[in-house]
Amino acid sequence: MEQILNYLLENLTLIYILIFAIFLGIEVISKVPTVLHTPLMSGANAVSGVVVIGAIYLMRQAEPGEYFVFVFGFLGITLAMINVVGGFAVTGRMLDMFKKKTKKSE
Amino acid sequence: MEPTLINLLYLICVVLFIVGLKRLSSPDTARNGNIIAASGMGLGILITLFYPMEGAPNNYLWITAGIILGSGIGWIAAKKVQMTSMPEMVSLFNGLGGACSMMIALVEFYNYPTGMSVLNGQGITTLFALFIGSISFTGSLIAYGKLQGFLRDSLVLPFPQLINLVFLLAFLGSSTYMLIQPEISFNLILIILAISLVYGITFVTPIGGGDMPVVISLLNSFTGIGAALAGLIYSNQVMVMGGILVGASGIFLTVLMCEAMNRSLINVIIGGFTSTGGVSAGSREEVVKEASLSDTAILLKYSKKVILVPGYGLAVAQAQHACHELENMLEAEGVSFSYAIHPVAGRMPGHMNVLLAEADVPYPKLLELEEANREFPSTDLVLVVGANDVVNPAAKEDPSSSIYGMPILDVELAKNIIVMKRSMNPGYAGIQNQLFFGDKTKMLFGDAKSSIKKLIEEVGNA
Repeated sequence: MEQILNYLLENLTLIYILIFAIFLGIEVISKVPTVLHTPLMSGANAVSGVVVIGAIYLMRQAEPGEYFVFVFGFLGITLAMINVVGGFAVTGRMLDMFKKKTKKSE
Repeated sequence: MEPTLINLLYLICVVLFIVGLKRLSSPDTARNGNIIAASGMGLGILITLFYPMEGAPNNYLWITAGIILGSGIGWIAAKKVQMTSMPEMVSLFNGLGGACSMMIALVEFYNYPTGMSVLNGQGITTLFALFIGSISFTGSLIAYGKLQGFLRDSLVLPFPQLINLVFLLAFLGSSTYMLIQPEISFNLILIILAISLVYGITFVTPIGGGDMPVVISLLNSFTGIGAALAGLIYSNQVMVMGGILVGASGIFLTVLMCEAMNRSLINVIIGGFTSTGGVSAGSREEVVKEASLSDTAILLKYSKKVILVPGYGLAVAQAQHACHELENMLEAEGVSFSYAIHPVAGRMPGHMNVLLAEADVPYPKLLELEEANREFPSTDLVLVVGANDVVNPAAKEDPSSSIYGMPILDVELAKNIIVMKRSMNPGYAGIQNQLFFGDKTKMLFGDAKSSIKKLIEEVGNA
């Protein structure tokens, strides 16, 4: 129990950040029109690929011979990058369609 | 580089994420927002690559290889995917992000100092990251399979609630056991991993069809939470911030979807629709009236105002371009033509908007629910293309129906209704639709795309 309390104290700033981010996340998208639900979701999905940073950390610290870390670190980076690049690219493609169309109707 | 400087640079990433997401939620700035968020990500990755780590082996070769391989696959997949397959693509990508959180947590446990207890903040966080990451991984794969069609949409395990409960308890039990042990046991971690992975499967399997938009956005949110938990492990602000932003906005979008169906999130999660509701309707023997193509074509041509109601069937048949063609043709004849979009039509939030946008349908032609409902009484003809539950009057009239209370498109107020459907099979909710038996309703059976193509020909001839 004491260790958990210590952990919370040590990471207090991070926990503050976390709580505020919850409100911010809701606030940021609260007025989104239906037409943008899909692009917003897939854009947010790409942002969640930020976990790749963790995988890069892991790999940078992996000592030679730690095959377990190498395998999962490499896989982790690859999969998360698919999420990041694929996510942003797909979102861009969808938004391109919207743009094309608004131009026409102008 | 100075560590302070690096943390400042990380702060820029966070700001870019927030501004990006904010701009993504407004039509005029959305494209720009996507680019801003993407550059935030790029910056974050660059900083992490060059973050000073004393004596770290770095393994840049492997990292670069992983980045290039992943980016390549992601890029090609994103460019090749058909717009109709967007929901499955998004859930697949999402699952991969979850898999990454899961793997990070697994490696952290592998590297965990032997002989030490897991009962501390770090240990518990890692345990949660493992759990959420696994659910998001296998859950998204199941969602992908269902959308792609190689898993049956209606696939349900026996006693889904019970199974879910058992696995949830198994996770809690084994985790608690792990926490009270004096030292970590990697074998037990592997067991917990297996339980979490299976729980992801049993969690998503009972949910299908019309509930897909809810589940996809929920899983999306899980991946964000997983990323944030992984961020806590490394005390990395960008990961925590980025992850929670996605997690919170994902939950918000999920609740929005649930509201559009007038159901609670719990209700969606614990097991789809019960099929008891529609019995009263189904037991009566009723006959539907079939419409012929030429009748429909003439009706279309002599209508003043036509509204098309798209549903998942339109996506399956890839009929969006044909719809737009029909729209152009009728507009040329002086018919006013628009589309009524229900918030949960399709299998992903905003699914129909994206499809019709692909076919160049102008934005002002897409009516939202309330707007459309004001238009229906003055509409001559409503074309229902592959939609079912979102136009089912049982939602208003039959309190015993499982969709009772869900706001629907009141198409029965229009003068004529033509329903294009492949067969008389009820929609995902498994309940019969009284609309099909209405006096003003006629059915046009067949594949939506080929039916509309034929209609275009007929309208041209008429």
